[in-house]
Amino acid sequence: MNKLLKNAIWVLIAILGASAIGGIALNRGENINALWFIAAALCVYAIAYRFYATWIATTVLMVDESRATPAERLDNGRDFIPTNKWIVFGHHFAAIAGPGPLVGPTLAAQFGYLPGTLWILFGAVLGGCVQDMVTLFLSTRRNAKSLGQMARDELGPLGGTAALIGTFAIMIILIAVLGLVVVNAMKHSPWATFTVSATIPIAMIVGVYMRYIRPGQILEGSLIGVVLLLLSVAGGRVIDENEILRKAFDHEGLTLAWWVMAYGFAAAILPVWLLLAPRDYLSTYMKIGTITLLAVAIIMLQPDVKMPAITQFIDGTGPIFGGKLFPFVFITIACGAISGFHALIASGTTPKLLSNERDIRMIGYGGMLLESFVAIMAMIAATVLDPGIFFAINSSAGVVGADAAEAVAKISSWGYPVTVEQMQNLARQMGEATLFARTGGAPSLAVGMASIFGSAFGEGLLALWYHFAIMFEAIFILTTLDAGTRVGRFMLQDMLGNVWPKMGETSWTPSVVLTSALVVSSWGYFLYIGVIDPNGGVNILWPLFGIANQMLAAIALCVATGILVKSDKLKQAWITGLPLVGLIVITTTAAWQKIASDDIRIGFFSAANDLTDKLATGLLPPAKAAIAPQLIFNLHLDAWLTVFFISILWLIVFDMLRVCIRYLSGKSVLPLTESAHSTSRLVEDWVRD
Amino acid sequence: MIAKLKAFWRIVRRLSGDDAYEQYLKHYAHYHQTDAGHECHPPLSKADFFRQWQDEKWNGIKRCC
Repeated sequence: MNKLLKNAIWVLIAILGASAIGGIALNRGENINALWFIAAALCVYAIAYRFYATWIATTVLMVDESRATPAERLDNGRDFIPTNKWIVFGHHFAAIAGPGPLVGPTLAAQFGYLPGTLWILFGAVLGGCVQDMVTLFLSTRRNAKSLGQMARDELGPLGGTAALIGTFAIMIILIAVLGLVVVNAMKHSPWATFTVSATIPIAMIVGVYMRYIRPGQILEGSLIGVVLLLLSVAGGRVIDENEILRKAFDHEGLTLAWWVMAYGFAAAILPVWLLLAPRDYLSTYMKIGTITLLAVAIIMLQPDVKMPAITQFIDGTGPIFGGKLFPFVFITIACGAISGFHALIASGTTPKLLSNERDIRMIGYGGMLLESFVAIMAMIAATVLDPGIFFAINSSAGVVGADAAEAVAKISSWGYPVTVEQMQNLARQMGEATLFARTGGAPSLAVGMASIFGSAFGEGLLALWYHFAIMFEAIFILTTLDAGTRVGRFMLQDMLGNVWPKMGETSWTPSVVLTSALVVSSWGYFLYIGVIDPNGGVNILWPLFGIANQMLAAIALCVATGILVKSDKLKQAWITGLPLVGLIVITTTAAWQKIASDDIRIGFFSAANDLTDKLATGLLPPAKAAIAPQLIFNLHLDAWLTVFFISILWLIVFDMLRVCIRYLSGKSVLPLTESAHSTSRLVEDWVRD
Repeated sequence: MIAKLKAFWRIVRRLSGDDAYEQYLKHYAHYHQTDAGHECHPPLSKADFFRQWQDEKWNGIKRCC
């Protein structure tokens, strides 16, 4: 009877989920309520978690709860600590969820709400969650080794090197594009610029407090920081309304870009306790708090989604970025559906805390489900805006024209009516001078979030909510930026250390300064080009980031598939093999189009050639002609970078296939490096307090 | 209710690392006093422990996109 009831409940969840997906997929009317998205997501997640994840954990991976984990065996009270599963879940989620799942869905909303939503749901349950869970499992069975080490030990030196180079490259592109998002959010906005810059001294105050005033009192320090952050959001209004102070914080994109670079450099060489660690505390609280608030607000308010299910831009003519629905929706939304970067956290970091293998399903699979849910909320926040307003905020001047009247005429002609007055009104409500051409996703997400928060918790505070949302996005973008620059510096020092051992000493000042400067100038270059690009830069950098991130996911899936085959699980290797094939097809198609397409909005080479021709015939206005040589060089560079990414991808795929074929035909391969079984001695109630 | 609030507070402290020093002392008491080889050094002070803990925590890729 009990079992029957349980089955009946699951059948009901399945029916509800199917109807919700059917509802959002088939709706062609005016509006659709956001609750349908939430219902569809929760049902899909519940079913996938209960059945697919359980099946993978028990039948494919065969997690063994009697087996001691590295956290237990190597317990040192510091980094290896057997920890309660909810705590590990919290750490894991805080580590994987960055700004990616917020920006990607916002940009992909140009195709309509449907393609992105479906990819976020099914990409996550079939791809991203599986990748995270399997990587977590494999690393747990290998003393918490990193992805790069596992690639080297299980596939061979080629795989290890590819993983290392891939990680470094993706870091550079990621920081550049995130830097661009922040710059675009602060451009000519004294309020946002003040609030975002205030996060730096606030983090330092918190850092000094935790280190010297009250050592180790993390919650006290964080509380002070959060209060100061909220004050800085309100204080921005005072700055904005003061004629003189206003000017001090009103800057061009390029000026801000130089500041972001200077900041990145400073953050990479300053001690972690002063800036990086306290900033991370603040951004984690903000992230968890705001996302919870957003979920509550969406459920309370039940806003209508106004974007159509599918727009005409699936044909590749979209104003935010060029390219058809396939493959570009899959490239644009990486984080939130499948993100290779997570494999770096799931290997190395999280396994050091895991107290029992049976928690792998909840932490690996469940953690990614929650990130996918964040992406769904970002999609809702982007699509509750009037489509006209959404496109006006996100289309660059290079596409719709710099003049407001010209821009609204063009956007209205696509069938998404919007007026100059409407935009001015909105900008005034949000406390901004203008909201036209604020590309990068952050401003439109902030407008969406502010309108949701405003309707749920008080309309009068729209401007405060808007700048709160901008601060919330900026604070963890900057955290990713400085953490990433620092990691890049360590990787570079490690690589250079092979040539000149002195360079490998992470505390030798000349090496620190040199490698930090190299890393900052690498991403700074892409940031600079992105800022001067009249088309906004995001349209170039974001697809490049997507391709790089998917390449890293493919590396992780190759390692996983290779190990499954070597563990005599050929019949079940499709769980990672299938998403891998999908990613190879998506990434290769996207890369091919970025390289070879004749459309100047997609192909790098054709855009470079077009610009060269126009420059030669003198068709360009003087301002554009001055920067054209740089843009042309950059387009060539981007094209070759794409070639490089895709070559790495195929190299490692062939390496994995080589290992699998050798194994299956009985030839010798590198042995499995799984550590020997030892029985767990952890007493339940001791660790699970 | 109070028990639940206390449990919640424990989770918050553990997640944020607020109780890391207490955990370290517990670990120290558990392993170091029974083991003759480890008695040579007394446990670190809170400030020293926190320094090492924070520096170690930030060594490597800790944040994602």
